[in-house]
Amino acid sequence: MKNEESITDRQVSRRAILGAGAAAGLVTMMPTEGFAAGFSKAANVKGTISALFMKQAGYSDTDVAKMTADFKKVYPNVTVKTEFVAYEALHDKIVTSALAHTYDVVLIDVIWPAEFGSKKMVVDITNRWPASWTNDMLGGAVATAVYNKHYYGIPWILDTKYFFYNTEHMAKAKVDEASLDTWDGVMKAASAIKKAGLVKYPLAWSWTQSESMLCDYMQLLGAFGGQFLDASGKPAFNKGGGVQALEFMRKSIVDGLTDPVSTATAAEDDVRKMFSAGQISMGLNWTYMWAMANDPKQSKVAGKMKVLQTPAGPGGKRPGINGSMALSMSSGTKNPEAAWAYMSFLTSQKEQNAVAMDSLPVWKSSYTDPVVVKTSPAVVAQAKKELNDMILRPQVTKYNAMSLVIQAEVSKALIGQKTPQKALDDAATKAAAVLNA
Amino acid sequence: MIEEKRNVLERFKSSGRFRGEGILAFALILPSLLVVGWIILYPILRTFWMSFFDIESPLPGSYPFVGLHNYFAAFKSSDFRMVTEHSLYFTFVSTFFELTLGILIALLLNSPLKFRGFWRSIVVIPWALPTIVNGALWKWIYNGNYGVLNELLHVFHLGGQGHNWLGSPFEALNMVIIADIWKNTSLVVFFILAGLQTIPSDLYEAARVDGSTPVKSFWNITIPLLVPSIMVVVILRTIDAFKVFDIIYIMTKGGPASGTQTISFYTYQQTFSNEYFGYGSALAYLIVIFTLVIAWFYIKLLRQGTLEGVS
Repeated sequence: MKNEESITDRQVSRRAILGAGAAAGLVTMMPTEGFAAGFSKAANVKGTISALFMKQAGYSDTDVAKMTADFKKVYPNVTVKTEFVAYEALHDKIVTSALAHTYDVVLIDVIWPAEFGSKKMVVDITNRWPASWTNDMLGGAVATAVYNKHYYGIPWILDTKYFFYNTEHMAKAKVDEASLDTWDGVMKAASAIKKAGLVKYPLAWSWTQSESMLCDYMQLLGAFGGQFLDASGKPAFNKGGGVQALEFMRKSIVDGLTDPVSTATAAEDDVRKMFSAGQISMGLNWTYMWAMANDPKQSKVAGKMKVLQTPAGPGGKRPGINGSMALSMSSGTKNPEAAWAYMSFLTSQKEQNAVAMDSLPVWKSSYTDPVVVKTSPAVVAQAKKELNDMILRPQVTKYNAMSLVIQAEVSKALIGQKTPQKALDDAATKAAAVLNA
Repeated sequence: MIEEKRNVLERFKSSGRFRGEGILAFALILPSLLVVGWIILYPILRTFWMSFFDIESPLPGSYPFVGLHNYFAAFKSSDFRMVTEHSLYFTFVSTFFELTLGILIALLLNSPLKFRGFWRSIVVIPWALPTIVNGALWKWIYNGNYGVLNELLHVFHLGGQGHNWLGSPFEALNMVIIADIWKNTSLVVFFILAGLQTIPSDLYEAARVDGSTPVKSFWNITIPLLVPSIMVVVILRTIDAFKVFDIIYIMTKGGPASGTQTISFYTYQQTFSNEYFGYGSALAYLIVIFTLVIAWFYIKLLRQGTLEGVS
């Protein structure tokens, strides 16, 4: 206050004008609302923080490095140490580092807020969450970090699985691209491509025994009108659409349309590589695949591919799996203000818009922003449709334990050890036992 | 005489000099004791203590005491029985082949070969490779689409085109065992080679003069004199194989259909992925007990069983 008075009292100098201009410029770089506005506040935030990210789909480590460098310009007194692990290691890294308070900011998956929030491993940030964010963000994004009506992080990666296909293969096999609007059409297209001898297996999926397999299953369960848990919270995936989805998956293997490597070791990045090599014609994957598979430096199918909203099931339903992620503050952080500043900055619209090619922003208005649309017009057009209709995996505290038993049973059905109905019945019994334990 | 010595010792023990040296000795080993106690003994005891509680978070808190429930839960679990069977199969098959191949390769490297030093050096390579690299390497070798194994089989007209070596549970377990054998046979070779070099060559000479064939010499001289080396390496490999985790994590993550899940991998998942820390601690202790039982079995077998008579 004293400083402000002294400035106004003095004659406005050239230096003061430049200083004010710089401060104004920095303020505009900062996140929009609910955030400490003003350079003086940013300068007061000090210290060193550590942040844990994943090196896989979504933002690349280069994107994070760029965002962190931007943050450093606004918060010169905060040093950020970043660390990257594979998605498969992310959950366990957060768990094993919780007691040692290794990280101040951690990236969490949409399936973990219940677990981490209920165990107080991440901070409840509801009191910091500006009301406007709920309206300004897409619904699917907001749901990413919510458990029991409390917020445990700021949504950062808004993702779902889109359908990618090779246009050259479609043309050669004389497949009408419009037929790819439904899963039935996709299977007919796959048969035509196989018959034409273009590839041995037109489809590949991330069906190794892991969460990636469950994401594909959930997306298909939604398309076939299934339900994961019923209204009372009991497993319902062993009825109706849940069973049909798994039967559909198994049939695609039996019919020789799905590459058997899918059930052995293939995860999302393997699907991307096979698609980029022109070895398969179609596949489901996260947003990041578009940029990489369409890059001539690392793909043989660049310029020969298209992306679509996930195909519809028999009833016309087509929800995309909610694969979003959020930045959370570790409960052991010694520097919550710096952690909050960093989380808020990275999730800000300006920062997200700048790297929209790898992961689309969580902010509604970004989808009409010419900068974002221009970055990835093909994906944005499909995202506008799919992001409004997403299927959320259940927000339960024992999600991981439940997921592991379901993964094992779905895997048994996919390799033909059990029928889909038997596998899902067994999975439902085991999942119920986990939920009731 | 004995009485006199005892009296001298008693006098020395009661003297201040003995007490002073004792204190000094204790003071000198205290830092090591503290470090060892803190990083080894404390976690061992802490894990044992945790195995009696229902702990479902890594953070400190008040957790219910459940006695032996976690141990009983393990024995009741069909998953636990399954992963134990996988581990036992992995352990016996991998150790058997590593030992057999290790002895054969060591005999070869102990014979007067050309460039023997070179051959001995390259045997170390698989063992020197980090397991993570070895796992990734074999995962690619087995890949149904790009794998070298399929390509080799194809070149020699042995089929294998597009075969997915990690695609079915039992086959995948055997394929992971092969990857483990490739890496760890080197270790067996070193131990056996070291053992072979301690056997005096005149024993073979004397046996030859007495009309012994090379095969008879192998069974009557080499193997009995190698027993100490075999015993050490078998126990080492058994313990290591029973605890196998990293190669599974890299190659299959326990799939497909949980066919390659081993007891350590299962323990890891229950502890860190599911956050069942109490149950995971009980599982860790069960691994220790199983390992000790297997090691004891081997020692008994080697000392008193088929190779009886060799001290």
